[in-house]
Amino acid sequence: MNTLQKKPMSRDAMLTLGAAVIGLVLLFVFDSTFDRFTMQIFKLCAINIILALSLNLINGFTGLFSLGHAGFMAVGAYTCALLAMTPDQKATNFVLQPIAPWLLDLHLPFLPALLVSGLIAGFIGWFLGVVALRLRDDYLAIATLGFSEIIRVVLTNTQSITNGSLGLKGIPRYTTMWWAWGSAVVITLFLVLLIKSSYGRAFKSIRDNEIAAESMGVDVFGMKVLSFTISSFLAGIAGGLLAHYLTTIDPKQFIFLKTFDILLIVVLGGVGSITGSIVAAIVVTISMEALRFLDGPLNLGFMVTNGVPGLRMVFFSALLMVVVIFRQQGLMGTSEFSWDSLSRIGLLPKRGPKSGKGGE
Amino acid sequence: MNKIVSCLTVAAAMAVGLSMVSCSKPATDSDVIKIGVFEPLTGANGAGGADEYDGIKLANKLFPEILGKKVQLVAVDNKSDKVEAANAATVLAQKEKVNAVIGSWGSSLSMSGGPIFAEAKIPAVAVSATNPAVTKGNEYYFRVCFLDPFQGVVGATYAFNTLKAKKVAIIREVSNDYSVGLAKFFADEFVKLTGDQGAIVATSDYNTGDQDFSAQLTNIKKFEPDAIFAPGNYTESALIIKQARALGINAQFIGGDTWDMAAFLEVGGPAVEGAVFSTFFANDVPINKTSESFLKSFRDEYKKEPSAVSALGYDAYLVILDAIKRANSAEPQKIRDALTQTKDFEGSAGAITINAERNADKAAVFKTVKDGKFAFLTTVKPQ
Amino acid sequence: MDLQTFLQQFVNALSLGSLYALIAIGYTMVYGILRLINFAHGDVFMIGGYLAFYGVSTFLMPWWLAVCLAIVVTTVFGVGLERVAYRPLRDSPRISIMISAIGASFLIENLAIVLFDARPKAFPVSNLFAGNHVIGGVHIAAVSLIIPVVTAVLLAVLLWIVHRTKTGMAMRAVSTDIDAARLMAIDVNRIVSITFAIGSALAAIGGILWALKYPRLEPLMGIMPGLKCFIAAVVGGIGSIAGAVLGGLLLGLIELMTIAVLPELTGYKDAFAFVLLIMVLLVKPTGLLGKNQGEKV
Repeated sequence: MNTLQKKPMSRDAMLTLGAAVIGLVLLFVFDSTFDRFTMQIFKLCAINIILALSLNLINGFTGLFSLGHAGFMAVGAYTCALLAMTPDQKATNFVLQPIAPWLLDLHLPFLPALLVSGLIAGFIGWFLGVVALRLRDDYLAIATLGFSEIIRVVLTNTQSITNGSLGLKGIPRYTTMWWAWGSAVVITLFLVLLIKSSYGRAFKSIRDNEIAAESMGVDVFGMKVLSFTISSFLAGIAGGLLAHYLTTIDPKQFIFLKTFDILLIVVLGGVGSITGSIVAAIVVTISMEALRFLDGPLNLGFMVTNGVPGLRMVFFSALLMVVVIFRQQGLMGTSEFSWDSLSRIGLLPKRGPKSGKGGE
Repeated sequence: MNKIVSCLTVAAAMAVGLSMVSCSKPATDSDVIKIGVFEPLTGANGAGGADEYDGIKLANKLFPEILGKKVQLVAVDNKSDKVEAANAATVLAQKEKVNAVIGSWGSSLSMSGGPIFAEAKIPAVAVSATNPAVTKGNEYYFRVCFLDPFQGVVGATYAFNTLKAKKVAIIREVSNDYSVGLAKFFADEFVKLTGDQGAIVATSDYNTGDQDFSAQLTNIKKFEPDAIFAPGNYTESALIIKQARALGINAQFIGGDTWDMAAFLEVGGPAVEGAVFSTFFANDVPINKTSESFLKSFRDEYKKEPSAVSALGYDAYLVILDAIKRANSAEPQKIRDALTQTKDFEGSAGAITINAERNADKAAVFKTVKDGKFAFLTTVKPQ
Repeated sequence: MDLQTFLQQFVNALSLGSLYALIAIGYTMVYGILRLINFAHGDVFMIGGYLAFYGVSTFLMPWWLAVCLAIVVTTVFGVGLERVAYRPLRDSPRISIMISAIGASFLIENLAIVLFDARPKAFPVSNLFAGNHVIGGVHIAAVSLIIPVVTAVLLAVLLWIVHRTKTGMAMRAVSTDIDAARLMAIDVNRIVSITFAIGSALAAIGGILWALKYPRLEPLMGIMPGLKCFIAAVVGGIGSIAGAVLGGLLLGLIELMTIAVLPELTGYKDAFAFVLLIMVLLVKPTGLLGKNQGEKV
């Protein structure tokens, strides 16, 4: 840091500190004032942020098109639920076929259970990565999609472990706002640091030009596997949070179309932008609810249409098409939020001419 | 670090702003009683949800008022998806502040909404969710239909006593909790009745949405079963029967309430002729006054034959109205307490008595397919 | 397993496999030219089935007319899809085109839910195809006899187009190197449109035959067959028409014969195709009949 830059930095630092304090205060306020519905959506925003970020790490930052996220979420959700439920809760679920005895007494508090679910999803991701990351582009996409379907089929058929199609219900509602947003914040921090580190640069070099990266001495395969493993780990965590948010899970909800929902968020936000994923996750999650009126009868002023269930999803899929065709970079492209960008659009006073550091 | 925190703050602020926008509707109007309709109107269970909704809408049209207040239906689509179902349930409970809820088709969707209704202390009445777990341990969930264990038992009894079957094969829809449960209850009872551990000669699985069952059926064929029990989705089941006949399997097919759909006949065509299944309601034999008036108004209104779940949807609405009348209040807690006292209520699909487990003790109806139509066979009462 | 059961299972597998093969050809054509997984292929297939359904049951057309019209309209639809969703992105990164393909598939499915209704419809099967034959104790549905014939005829026609006509030569040129083809004065857009037209027509025929064999229509009916036929195309060697047929037959055989031999695995049936895919990709990524095309730098 040279001295010239020191002053503007401290402005940013103060802004950041202020924003962090305001953010914390806001979370406290929300926690006490939001009604259940708003809170529910607010928590879902955080879970979707984690999912979008983890998919963006692999798709956006490392340039590997993976469609296996639903599978890793499923692994995380099941692991976390089965570990965090008490033996009694588990026993009431397994009505058709008794639960495997070794699993019945396995019980962990929420945090370790969540971490274990991330680790197991990460391990499976590592394994799949080692096997499938030799493939490129569309082959990788279809192989990972296939893998997530295999996971779902296995979950459906291993009744003494997962309770099969009956799913699990009565999972304790551990995912409070603090857990959801706390995890989202920690994971965002972790990812920002990761992307800025030499690992992050290696990921991006692979995305931009694999052959050039290799000739510069980047361990391309190792880095791909690492990125894939971290991404699966995070998807597992999000799955665990989701299980304890919904309190009931079954294999059908982790069909590969779930991955497309997350992909929608990533593409809208900008493939390769953390800020974009966060903003898009929030916008999409809330508008999914806010646009619910589309499914019901519409009053167009001159006429009232009958309810057309499904119109909402038409809107979202059309939006996805429009963005891909007309604004491929999505909301943010690969750029990130910074205080300077606010200066640039006039929301903050401009700094001296030396300050043009900008986002990356 | 700066960027991270700041961008999170902006994000959170946005989230709040948008959340506010999305839930701006104020609390309820006290002159209106709101009944939430919690059904899948799209997705895999869309057809079932729509049929139930038809019955509910009809009931609302015929009986739009109670205690001098207007009854308003608030429908939310849970999209046959658990996450959506949880959100939709929260909308009903928190945003719309409904007085009671009807639904959902599909037990797993009901289970997704169950804890949310219970926490909001709003009574919910399931229409055709037959899984025991829906009402188990949930003080606010009721139902107007029978349960799978009962349906499994009557199915096995019918196969053993009436069809004189000795060997039965089972085809389950392994990704469907309803099918897996019913298959198990049927198998246990059938083994007990025959006293033969090998009475279930084969069990085969398929997944929701599968279209080719020839391999499973060819495997079953060599065991020469007297009957095949195939609980599952109606279109898959119709395809199974069709393909079985094409493979020269002449065994009697037995199914559950999910077959009671017009599409079962359309997809199956002549192949499903003679298939037997248990269900809630027969529209060719009115059993009481309510069913007569229901059948007449339904045919007038929709120009089609009602399916069993339409009748149950109609009943669920009436049961709630009856509870409001007896409670003389539309307060959710009072409706709930009144619902527990429901006794011998004459619904279109038979008398409803809510027992201590919040389930309805009801008779099952057996139907068959005759000349391309459903035909009533017999009624089996609970013991 | 006795001989008769084995033969029956074998016939079952062939009849399913030849249907897979038919749809896989369409996949392989499009992929061979554009290197694009047309995720929406399965949805085009669904549209074909629905159009024939509406032709027969709503517009009361004669059977043959409804089928011909359905094929024509689906073909136009497929060409339009390429224009709107893929052509603007031809020079974009692969990932964008793939997202566009997924988005298109998503949009068609959701539109179909709104337009056609989510409730399954029964496909009206003409008496021509409703029969059943018994040969040596083995039961064969009449449709199952027609499907392999149709597949074989279409295979012959396609091979003729690709290898014996000028358009076919242009297709092969575009498939080998799109830029060089352009330099050779080949109208690439026209060739791509023709390819999509052929692919969509095949999807429509596949959709209608599928609906004849499994007479149930629903908006999401194309997803699984679409994925499985893509897998069949990959297994056979993507870009190779004969490979697609081989891959389709092989996939049908593996799916059904595994269950025939190991009945306890029935619940896992949907996973077989994906396991096969992953294994083939690892052992021989170019597929059984695929040519090795070096990665372009």
